[in-house]
Amino acid sequence: MEVREELFYTKEHEWVKVEGNKGTIGITEYATHTLGDITFVELPSIETKLSQFTRLGTVESVKAASDIFSPVSGKVISVNEKVVQNPEILNSSPYDDGWLVVVEMDSLEEIKNLMTVQQYREYIKNL
Amino acid sequence: MNYTPHTEEEIKEMLAEIGVKSIDELFADISEDLRARSFNIPHGRSEPEVVNHLRYLASRNSTSLVYFIGAGFYQHYIPSVVDSITSLPEFYTAYTPYQPEASQGWLQAMYEYQTAICNLTDMDVANASLYDGGTALYEACMMTIRINGRKKIVVDEGINLIYWNMIQCYISNLSLEVVKIPVKNFGIDRERFFQQMDEKTSAVVLQNPNFFGCIDDYSDIVEYAHKKGIIVIESVYPLSLGLIKTPGEMGVDIAVGEGQSLGIPLSFGGPYLGFMATRKEFVRKMPGRIIGKTVDKKGRDSYVMTLQAREQHIRREKATSNICSNEALCALRALVYLSLLGKEGLKEIAQLNLDKAEFTRQQLEKIPYLQVFRDRPTFNEFPVILPESADVVVNKMIEKGFAAGFPLGRYYKGMNRCLLIAVTEQRTKEEIVKFAESMEAVLCS
Amino acid sequence: MQLIFEKGREGRRGFKIQRSDVPVKATIPENMKRKTDNGLPEVSELDVVRHFTTLANRNFCVDTHFYPLGSCTMKYNPKFIEGVSKIEGFEDLHPLLPQLSGGGILTQGALELLYHMEQLLCEITGMDAFTMQPLAGAHGELTGTMLIAAYHRAKGNKKKYILVPDSSHGTNPASAAIAGYEVIVIPSDKTGVMDIDEYKTHLNKEVAGVMLTCPNTLGIFNPRIKEICDLAHSVDALMYYDGANLNAILGKLRPGDVGFDIVHLNLHKTFATPHGGGGPGAGPVGVKEHISRYLPISKVVLRTDGTFFLDYNYSESIGYIAPFYGNFGVIVKAYAYILLLGREGLIDVAEKAVLNANYVRSKLKKYYKLPYNKTCMHECVFSAEIQKKNGVSALDIAKYLIDKGIHPPTIYFPLIVKEALMIEPTETESKETLDSFISAMIEAAQLAETNPEGFADLPANTPVSRPDEVKAAKDLNLRWRKE
Repeated sequence: MEVREELFYTKEHEWVKVEGNKGTIGITEYATHTLGDITFVELPSIETKLSQFTRLGTVESVKAASDIFSPVSGKVISVNEKVVQNPEILNSSPYDDGWLVVVEMDSLEEIKNLMTVQQYREYIKNL
Repeated sequence: MNYTPHTEEEIKEMLAEIGVKSIDELFADISEDLRARSFNIPHGRSEPEVVNHLRYLASRNSTSLVYFIGAGFYQHYIPSVVDSITSLPEFYTAYTPYQPEASQGWLQAMYEYQTAICNLTDMDVANASLYDGGTALYEACMMTIRINGRKKIVVDEGINLIYWNMIQCYISNLSLEVVKIPVKNFGIDRERFFQQMDEKTSAVVLQNPNFFGCIDDYSDIVEYAHKKGIIVIESVYPLSLGLIKTPGEMGVDIAVGEGQSLGIPLSFGGPYLGFMATRKEFVRKMPGRIIGKTVDKKGRDSYVMTLQAREQHIRREKATSNICSNEALCALRALVYLSLLGKEGLKEIAQLNLDKAEFTRQQLEKIPYLQVFRDRPTFNEFPVILPESADVVVNKMIEKGFAAGFPLGRYYKGMNRCLLIAVTEQRTKEEIVKFAESMEAVLCS
Repeated sequence: MQLIFEKGREGRRGFKIQRSDVPVKATIPENMKRKTDNGLPEVSELDVVRHFTTLANRNFCVDTHFYPLGSCTMKYNPKFIEGVSKIEGFEDLHPLLPQLSGGGILTQGALELLYHMEQLLCEITGMDAFTMQPLAGAHGELTGTMLIAAYHRAKGNKKKYILVPDSSHGTNPASAAIAGYEVIVIPSDKTGVMDIDEYKTHLNKEVAGVMLTCPNTLGIFNPRIKEICDLAHSVDALMYYDGANLNAILGKLRPGDVGFDIVHLNLHKTFATPHGGGGPGAGPVGVKEHISRYLPISKVVLRTDGTFFLDYNYSESIGYIAPFYGNFGVIVKAYAYILLLGREGLIDVAEKAVLNANYVRSKLKKYYKLPYNKTCMHECVFSAEIQKKNGVSALDIAKYLIDKGIHPPTIYFPLIVKEALMIEPTETESKETLDSFISAMIEAAQLAETNPEGFADLPANTPVSRPDEVKAAKDLNLRWRKE
């Protein structure tokens, strides 16, 4: 199960890549693997204000539907329309082409509430 | 009578295989103190005995009363093919089509049903049925709340009052505001309606023809609603769509209704058929089963239950609703009925209903002191205002062999002398004439 | 196969409507008329009959196939009960007749039937009163959770949670959520029943109710059921019985006796009304005396003069959960079934259902993993975990069975068993049917060893095979449109 060094993770299997005050958000390969072939993604619109660990959207596969929770608080400044059109990108490239939204983060302090890659690796090993 | 085929010998063999001495041993976990304290069910009987008993019960129900009563549930003729198709064991005794390879018959039938409902209502997508028109209306309201997150629903008093009662019951545990706008002269009070439609409103709920049989064009309400981001729900009498403007033509967002008039018997209250159709963009918020078309490994057309991720067996507490079963057999009845009637037949039967209702009105108009409501156009149902209590008149008409209509006074303030009369294609000219004569005799006595 | 919409010719008619015998041609205003094509087909009666009869041939059903679907009780539907709802005096009865002044007298037979049915169901379940209104099992559950809410509201209790075991059917948590409660899931213990210590930990004053089925969805009976009920009552939480598995305990145990306050039944499961491809069903709800005042309006009451009437005077009722008195057409069938079988017949149902399930369990446990190796009740749950090691899933086993003309067991449920295969043979199946099912299952297990790749092309004998469900969800095609 692939994980990326530079990312931070949540218990609900979301990841965030922090660059300056911008956070790119997505879901992990563990999530996409569990869901199976993803058939639908619902994402918030630009300008939406998100809070850490609240729902930002939904991802659906044939056998499951899951809410996506935001790893950080902030304002949505970019939405990956390609993924909405072609949800299968999430299965093939969850960390690169499969990014979901970019937010302008409210505070970098919140990152301490997230897991590092080692913590996440341990976490999914015990699931 | 029982339907278990086990012989003594087989039971012995099976118990030996399991490794117990008696069937009782298999129930050993149920200790004495948990055992049934009593089980005083009458002894089993034979088919002839049960049929006699049922016939006796059935005979104590009216079988000869001539119906001029509707109020949302109508006596229409059901063609014989409807019964013979739905009685086919492959439809009748089949299970929910979770395994598509074993259920293409049902799945394709439901896909066709969805298509029929879409065509009927001029909407994009439909589900494979809900329990009845009332639960369909409630589910539509829940849908709008899921879509726009608002908490207020504005309902026209002209919707079926039974459905109003059901909505009240279902929302009692949810924090929603439901506002009912009283009708004006048996129709929608546009002024008050528009007043209530604001940015807090999630949806407006309309009915066409309304409970009083009056038809309308709600396009203006739809336009206004959409400007405010309000979703429009319309409950509609499907047979009337042979003639009257459809929800789709008016721009309505969610069309629901009771499908009983499409080949389903009155059956003292059920089973009935709730249908729901909506816009493409709302499909993922729609409850109930949905059948989709796809291809199989060999590229053959195949039908499957789809978007199941919304449903209870996957989303559980986050499901769009808790619905598990639908009314498949009733939906099949509706599909067969509509197929038999066909494009022209639906128009004809709607026209016949309209004509017979108009003829009835003309006969009733001859009666002194009886006022037939004419201020609004109606389909096959209309109110009349009597010189005395409608309850009393109905009682006397029963003695003359007629279910004269639905007295409105019990549910609507100030309508004690109002009677809602329905006329379907089943009413012959003779029956209508006799009905009017009896009515006159009752009123003038 | 073509759709009905693709068949026919312009001008064809399938049904002749009566001619108008009234000298009237009514019109409606232009702006209220339909201008669009209603899109219905134009086919003859024979076209319709051929089309649907051919469709029927592409379907499994109990009359032709064995359906060991766990939790569904796909027993044989006696032919006799098919006709009873059509008896003259039942089928054409308008539901509003009893609401007309002098109308009650026109429906005495129907009211009497509902009354007797209520009495019978009370006796079968040990409850004090029933409502026949809920239109399906899930609808009954919703009614049940609303009754729980009404009870607590009347007592001024501040309750937030409903407890369900992790083996519960999906409708349980969904119903609780719709009634405004939060669901807490209690894990099962090693023996397959709800973990009583976990249960005790979560049971506090804020719990409104506990939803259980007994035996549970694993087919396992919880001998501590009375204790569970008593504990719930000690915090004024109500016990709700999901009657989906009643087939196992008819005449042996009554939920009302052991402490359940509310039950719902599935007439289309235990009481043999046909499944009809997914409905209609009926889910009557029974309650103990202290809950009966909240039951939905209306109630059939027997007067001292022997007549029946509908009482609408229920000030504390939760209101109308259905338009009328329930799915009468379904209730008549279940009523006929109970009368046919009677006391001995119903007890026999439970005994044979449990015998059949244990026989299957015993025969298959050498080939499939049996997560809980003990006496089951009317259903048993296996896991295809062993086979999965070779890449053969429960779904693959299911497809193999379809190919052999057997409807598969329930798969992927309950959620607590990986690669679950839930088998409920029901009591109406003979030993030879069970034996051929067992042989097919053994063959499948052997094939999983010798040729696991062989499953991918199955089923081969059906009109379609392995439809692309991902495509169905992504490229939504939910209705036909004329090109």
